This record gives sequence, structure tokens and C-alpha cells, in this order.
Amino acid sequence: MNGYSLLKNSKKLFNQKFRKMKNLSLLIFSLFIGLSLMAGGYEVGDKATDFKLKDVDGTYVSLSDYEDANGFIVIFTCNHCPYSVAYEDRIIEIDKKYKNKGYPVIAINPNDPDLYPSDSYENMKVRAKEKGFTFPYLFDDGQEIYPQYGAKRTPHVFLLDKSGSDYIVKYIGAIDDNYADADAVEKPYLEDAIDALMAGNDPDPDFTKAIGCTIKTK
Amino acid sequence: MKKKTYSFSIGLKALLITGMLLFTFAFISCENQRETVQQIPVLNFEEFEPYLKKNNDTTYVINFWATWCKPCIEEMPAFLKLDSLYSGQKFKLVLVSLDFPDKLESQVIPYIRENDIESEVVLLHATDANSWINKVDSNWSGAIPVTLVYNKNSREFYERIFTFEELQEIVQSKI
Repeated sequence: MNGYSLLKNSKKLFNQKFRKMKNLSLLIFSLFIGLSLMAGGYEVGDKATDFKLKDVDGTYVSLSDYEDANGFIVIFTCNHCPYSVAYEDRIIEIDKKYKNKGYPVIAINPNDPDLYPSDSYENMKVRAKEKGFTFPYLFDDGQEIYPQYGAKRTPHVFLLDKSGSDYIVKYIGAIDDNYADADAVEKPYLEDAIDALMAGNDPDPDFTKAIGCTIKTK
Repeated sequence: MKKKTYSFSIGLKALLITGMLLFTFAFISCENQRETVQQIPVLNFEEFEPYLKKNNDTTYVINFWATWCKPCIEEMPAFLKLDSLYSGQKFKLVLVSLDFPDKLESQVIPYIRENDIESEVVLLHATDANSWINKVDSNWSGAIPVTLVYNKNSREFYERIFTFEELQEIVQSKI
């Protein structure tokens, strides 16, 4: 918000006094670019960062640990959100189905446990055990990874394809089109996207939206 | 013997009448309680869409929330205060719950009751959000709370949390 008002003020100043000064317009331009970078987050086609985050079993997990993987289904999810809970069983099924095909699920809890106590590391362990998660459930301690990806809500999927040592974002969005009823799903967006990758195609759609729980920071 | 039967039947009658009175009273109070809680319609997106497109002199504030959404609940008092401040003016608040429909009785209605909410509340149950989120606003990521403020001259969409003062400033400039 400060950045925005700064931009607004700079614009005002620009209009009033320095209409002809090129260097100032350059400054505003770079400020604008800076702001759009700050807004952050990946788009399809971007290279995704690797990370080293703690799993519920106490070990640290990085994408680079998976030498044989063809890609990753990175899902920002958590304990407290009813949408995340509604998708737990489906995430387990997707992991079981695609792990052996080279696309394992990596779940990351992006929430600050001070704001959502049920999303604490201890409670993550409890939930992972209760549900029998077949995939790593990592804690984004310090909330440094989710803003780089641009996760906005839980659950929020980033499908990555491995290209040499890079991880290229191929699909961003929802798991499917029906949070309420897995049996009534008509568009399994994520599975369609993975199937497309495995067939050597780009997913279509490669970006979808869904209602989810806000990822809150202090 | 006869007298005893008589008094027994009086006692029975009295018991019966008391029972009936109690039942009637319970029924009435139950009815009253029901009346104080508004009906909350469960709408699909097609049914809900007209709320986004009213074309008249009123300024509409459409807040998307849910009982499970902590920031939504935190800012709810600001919206309720706004509604009471502008009641009687060309202002309309609509609280669009995105709770799951099976939580209507167990979560939404108790919340409405506990907070004496008289503002209009609807429950939007539209599963393929990808097909309708952009129809609310193309900038909406899908997280809540979000708020749409519009009238026939202007339209603004906010993916953020508000204080009462911030809301009042926005609405005041439009009314």
C-alpha cells in the first residue's frame, strides 16, 4: 500500500511539475517495474525456486533431492482451511497416481502459526499422521517460499516440469472444479495438466482460479 | 367414590390444559425466534449475478466472506457498523457467504443470530469458481475476504481487509 501511494504521489508530482523531465519518468518507470516485481509470484513459463523446508518427520526436503522426478505437484495447503480439508483425500489419490509416473506431490503449509494455531508444525504432524499423507508436508517456516511462488490461497497448485536443472512452472491454479463433491467433478484441471505434460504437451488451461483461504502474514 | 372420580377428572383436565398452554407457549416462542433470523437463500452463480449488476441510485457494498475465514470475521463489525450508519440512505450491504451449504444450519445461521445481523446475507454455492470468479472481478485471486463497491457511476474491487473508517471514506465519496 505504501508503495502504491508512493507511486501515486510520484505520478502527481510528475504531472504537476516535471512533465518534460525524462529522467523522472524513467524513475517512475523503474518504480513501477519494482512494484510489479514486489507483487511477486510466478506465471506459467517462469523458473521456480528450489527450497529446503522441514517435513513433518523432521527431515528437510528440497526438489533437488528427487533425482528421478520429471516434475513436481507443489500444493500450498494447510490444516485449518475447509477447502484444504475438502481436498486432502484427493491430494493423496493424485500423489499415489502420479508419484510413480515421476510427478510427486510436495505439500507446503504457508501459514503463520501465530495467526492460525491449528497450522503449527506440531499440528501438521498430527494431521499428516491422521490422514496418512503419502507425500511430504513441509512447513514454510518464516513464510519465505510462498510469496516467491505467488501462492494466494490454500489450496493453490503449482505444477512444475523439470528441464535440466530448472523447474519450469507449467500450470497454476485449482485441483478441480468441485470442492464440495469429488464424485461430481467435471473438470479435473490438475490431472489434465499432468496428463498433458506426460504426453509432451502444454496444459490447457494452464491457469485456473478457485475460492480458497487467504494466506495470512503479520 | 363418586367425589374422588370427579376430583381426579378435574386434576386431569387441569394437567391437560396446563400442558396445552405450555406447548402453545413453547410453539409461539419458537416461532418468534425463527422470525428474528432471516432466511438465507442458497444461490448458484446465475442466481447471484444480478447482485453485481444493479443499475439504480443505490451504492452497493458486496462483501464475500465465510464463517471459517478469520480475517473476514475480524472485519465483519466494520461492515455491520457501516450498514447501521447508512441505513435509510441509498446504500445497500450484501454479505455473500462462501460457507459450504452443509454448514448453513450449524455455522452460518448461529453466527448471524449471535451477532444480530440484519443486513442481507446470501450463501453462494457455485462450485466451478474458475468459471465465475472473473465475472465478479478479473483481479480476484480467489482468496477471501474481498469487497466490491459499486453504483451506476463507479465500480471498485478490493482484495483486502478494511477498518470502519476506510469503508466509510469509500462509501461517503459515493453517496
